[in-house]
Amino acid sequence: MKEIRIHARAGQGAITTASLLGYAYFLKGIYPYAFPSFSAARMGAPMNAFVRVDSKPVRLRSQIYEPNYLLIVDHTIMRGFNCFSGLKEDGIAIINGKGDAVTVPKLKAKQKVFIVPASDIALKYIGRPLGNTAMLGAFCAATNELTLDDLNAAIKHRFSAKLQEANIKAAQEGFESVTHKTKEKVR
Amino acid sequence: MKEFLEGSQAIAEVIKLCRPGVISAYPITPQTHIVEGLAKMCADGELDSQFVNVESEHSAASVVLGAVATGVRAYTATSSQGLFYMAEVLYNISGMRLPVIMTVAARSISAPINIWNDHQDVVSLRDAGWIQLHAEDIQEAADLHLIAYRLGEDKTMMLPVMVCMDGFILTHGVETVNMPIQEEVDKFLPAYNPPYKLDVTNPMTLGPLVDPDYYMEARFALNETHKEALALIPKITAEFAKVFGRNYNGLIEGYQLNDAERVIVAMGSVCGTIKEVVDELKKKGKKVGLLKITSLRPFPAMHIYQALKNIPKVAVIDRALSIGSFAPLSAEVKAVFFGKPKRPKAVSSFIVGLGGRDITKDSIKEIFRLLTGKEKQGEFIDLKPELLKESYE
Repeated sequence: MKEIRIHARAGQGAITTASLLGYAYFLKGIYPYAFPSFSAARMGAPMNAFVRVDSKPVRLRSQIYEPNYLLIVDHTIMRGFNCFSGLKEDGIAIINGKGDAVTVPKLKAKQKVFIVPASDIALKYIGRPLGNTAMLGAFCAATNELTLDDLNAAIKHRFSAKLQEANIKAAQEGFESVTHKTKEKVR
Repeated sequence: MKEFLEGSQAIAEVIKLCRPGVISAYPITPQTHIVEGLAKMCADGELDSQFVNVESEHSAASVVLGAVATGVRAYTATSSQGLFYMAEVLYNISGMRLPVIMTVAARSISAPINIWNDHQDVVSLRDAGWIQLHAEDIQEAADLHLIAYRLGEDKTMMLPVMVCMDGFILTHGVETVNMPIQEEVDKFLPAYNPPYKLDVTNPMTLGPLVDPDYYMEARFALNETHKEALALIPKITAEFAKVFGRNYNGLIEGYQLNDAERVIVAMGSVCGTIKEVVDELKKKGKKVGLLKITSLRPFPAMHIYQALKNIPKVAVIDRALSIGSFAPLSAEVKAVFFGKPKRPKAVSSFIVGLGGRDITKDSIKEIFRLLTGKEKQGEFIDLKPELLKESYE
């Protein structure tokens, strides 16, 4: 079983992110359970969405406290919440932001963080700062859980025409933002 | 066909396959997505059904009452305060023997205002004369609607059915659902053909004034029909299995009860979490199990007796209160054993997950742990003692 926790503000598309991710797993024959948790139920309020995946149907209905992966769609939430709470020893976090603007907490030896300018990528291709597909592209590269093709299949199911094209490009650039950094590190 | 669907969307799709002639509802969180979905299908011409917009839940319930009274299949859905606003109409619907089918996206009750999941709304309406079925997951929620129409519209029943699914956890959760197809549904669920209806060429009165000479017999008959439903539900679920290949008992479901020494009794989505914990604890050699109650009304007392009579320790989880008394489900489960030759040594009662307080694996493990000690009465799990210290002064 793998568990993914998404931190965002209501209105930033975290539920779409969770169901896109779930759909990509679903297409591979894996059983996902994607679900939201609202706090104040108002746009802009911090909220979580979750994806729990397993080789058999997921029965566990609680929220996710010890995620394998974190997607932080809005890094300003990190000022008020410990978004890294419970992250697994070898957990991976993907944060939407730009280098110095993001303060990453002290990590454990095997934990990894990737900072992806997902809002900028989304503005470039989609015209709105909805960095979800760029974040998911980065997720594919950082975790190897899914290929970019798996993700694109889910994007094609969800979006059509120009929006589909734009999101596929955003996912691609999100993916490359991680593979590019990994190469730099290797060098 | 396997699809990856939001719970609300799955329900809307299944209702569409049931071909209701009239749908009426007033939006309330977390029921909203279901009726939005159906309204869209009607507007797009995918569903040939009259969607009646109303100004309140009281009117929504009245519209579906009227529709079914004229011999038309109808559907509505609500939650929480909306269900309470319907209450007087709901008693009329069952009293007039009209098989309305309604989804309740189970949610807490104000005050304080809280939109999250528990069972206070549905459990409070347990005496309304409706059959009340509780779903564990989205698949079961979708399937129970098909079973509900077939059951309620059976000529020996003519009873309304409430299908309860946990708000957000199931209504807003997205998971893999095996969706039925129209041919299967048509095979299982024939067109609604009631033995009586309002008809200008053959006038009759439904729900008239009856004096003390007649009232008790009408209520007795309603109560008797609920008893008969206990026998009919497993027959209908057996037919359901033949058409759709999915097996439900429809009344109760035992999980790992064979050699169990400690068993939790529960309803709704928490049963999934309990099954996970049961599997984990069994691997460690603990003899634990679950008894899921699907049908709260009619209450399957004899089935519960048979399932639990040899279990030493039982815990009943309530996600609702009967303020000032015993927790409602626990009181009914205990009543099953009074005067019976066999019974558990202890039937403990726990209150869990009110107003969306998350129920974790640890919450369930704590209940199993507490079952090793003496009997507990209405013990709250996951309460925050620091909040109880806050005072008005």
